[in-house]
Amino acid sequence: MAPILQIKDLQTHFFTKAGTLKAVDGVSLEIGAGEIVGLVGESGSGKSITGFSIIGLVDAPGRIVGGEILFKGQNLTNLSPQQMQQFRGNRVAMIFQDPMMTLNPVLRVETQMIEAIQAHDPSISRADAHARSRDALGLVGISSPEERMRAYPHQFSGGMRQRVSIAIAMLNRPDLIIADEPTTALDVTIQGQVIHEMQRLCRETKTALLWITHDLAVVAGIAERICVMYAGRIVEQGSNAKVIADPMHPYTRGLLGSVPGQNRRGEPLQQIEGMVPSLLNLPQGCAFQNRCSAVTERCSLAPPDATLTDDGRLVRCFNIAQGDTA
Amino acid sequence: MKPLLTVSNLSRDFVKSLDMVAKLLNKMGQDYREEIVHAVDDVSFEVFKGEIVGVVGESGCGKSTLGRMVAGILPPTKGSVHFDSSQSQNQSIPDALRTQMIFQDPFSSLNPRKRVIDIITEAPLYHKLINPAQKHEFATEIMHRVGLDSEAMQRYPHQFSGGQRQRIGIARALAVSPEFLVCDESIAALDVSIQAQILNLFVALKDQLNLTYLFISHDIGVIEHISDRVIVMYLGRIVETAPIEAFTKQPNHPYTKALLEGVPRLEVGKRDYEPISGEIPSPLAPPTGCHFHPRCKFATDRCKSERPALREIAPQHFSACHLNDEA
Repeated sequence: MAPILQIKDLQTHFFTKAGTLKAVDGVSLEIGAGEIVGLVGESGSGKSITGFSIIGLVDAPGRIVGGEILFKGQNLTNLSPQQMQQFRGNRVAMIFQDPMMTLNPVLRVETQMIEAIQAHDPSISRADAHARSRDALGLVGISSPEERMRAYPHQFSGGMRQRVSIAIAMLNRPDLIIADEPTTALDVTIQGQVIHEMQRLCRETKTALLWITHDLAVVAGIAERICVMYAGRIVEQGSNAKVIADPMHPYTRGLLGSVPGQNRRGEPLQQIEGMVPSLLNLPQGCAFQNRCSAVTERCSLAPPDATLTDDGRLVRCFNIAQGDTA
Repeated sequence: MKPLLTVSNLSRDFVKSLDMVAKLLNKMGQDYREEIVHAVDDVSFEVFKGEIVGVVGESGCGKSTLGRMVAGILPPTKGSVHFDSSQSQNQSIPDALRTQMIFQDPFSSLNPRKRVIDIITEAPLYHKLINPAQKHEFATEIMHRVGLDSEAMQRYPHQFSGGQRQRIGIARALAVSPEFLVCDESIAALDVSIQAQILNLFVALKDQLNLTYLFISHDIGVIEHISDRVIVMYLGRIVETAPIEAFTKQPNHPYTKALLEGVPRLEVGKRDYEPISGEIPSPLAPPTGCHFHPRCKFATDRCKSERPALREIAPQHFSACHLNDEA
């Protein structure tokens, strides 16, 4: 089965006065139909910029300088802004962290939803668009959608607003949804509800989902495959169970070790020393070397390439074998 | 053993007073009432010396308001917070300094126009715990304690990263040798790897300085990791208080159970989420009786009318649920 989305060696750089900032530097990943892929990383790792690059929302001074984003075989990096506009919200949709920022506060939900439909297909009548919007709201679990459509965004609670933005993303039946920290601003019980809806929608409509988050536990609960990003690169990529149960890259190990929980009571959390280096002056060689516990001389010479392991994982580390035994 | 901190029947209301138009309409015979939020509603608990008590709940449950009242920043509407200062070794410190607070946002809780050395030494200088000549030495010691490089003491907060800034906030709180720390979502704004560093620091400081914590967080993983005892709040009330083992293994209240179910966990792996239905009701118009009944699977008629009392169901394990009466 051909993947819906194929990113090959994507490079998105920001040309600032202080120098070139390589926010995304050689990211490759694939997403198949109906698949949920988790993209995990700390702030500044480039996970959001990867999402923005796919949907063509990288603003100046940022630019995609290399690589390909193939959507069903079509290279998105070559599209004109007009073509991209038709494409965005139609075949690929995005859900953001804060729905209060993405919904227009002075327009009724109804107006915004109908607008989203008619922007991509003006031939649809207002009544039809209205009906479709109402169904979409019902689908994401909003009760009495007919009435709620007349409401303004501020009249919804945070979880409900996020459902509205999910409904808008689903309106044109996209093949791919990019969700950038969609549940980070939500409470635990509400987060559970939103994840539940997303899981169901992906299963029923075969929509592919790229779930961008810093929360490993969320991704471990929903994703089929996990990509861990650090300083603009995917350092480990593999199936959910394998990455979580037996992380190979020292950074993934560190991240998993620093998640607090009942099983680690009484013992200090394994911490990764130091902090994410500035992307403006990354060290030569592996970007993780100054925080890595298993660093060798080789790490400071050249960055490691992604190595395919026996169990089908891609890991960017020189010391995988050593990591296995540790 | 006597508790170090006793909170009894603590309540805090926030009142939105009537605006001009509403007052005018009232004079013309309309009936506009003031809107009152019972942010914290008749809350009592105790904290013993050397304990870490976690407070967990979703947004709007009043956990931050509770923390601010315990820290003495916010006066309560009713009830009292009593700190037993007879248990401390150092009697010369003013009582108000014994409780300090560490805030969520390390960006807005530090004065951007002050140097780190001044941020840390302001309070001890004011209270004459140190004299100005000791300032440098004092700041060096405190900064080392929280894992900051003392070379950086002449810098401003914006020159530090989020994790380092949180350390400055901790250093500031420790500068007056407190015995009780209220941490209000103190690690929520940090990245996972930095969270682990700060959590480890909290635990290390507790052992070194013999501290007691009230640790407020929405993150159940963090609470499970650090606390000895957990207080679960929902819409201004305590629904359950339990020692950590009971909290994780035998939660009693349906809300606590739902909360624990909903937490994404690494150990569980991929799964289907079966969330509890409904939303957190508005604190302006909380449900009658038990606040949780509209979302509760087991709700009976009694839950709709009568507020359940917090009763001890096992040693040190309290729960406010009518279901316990019938069993």
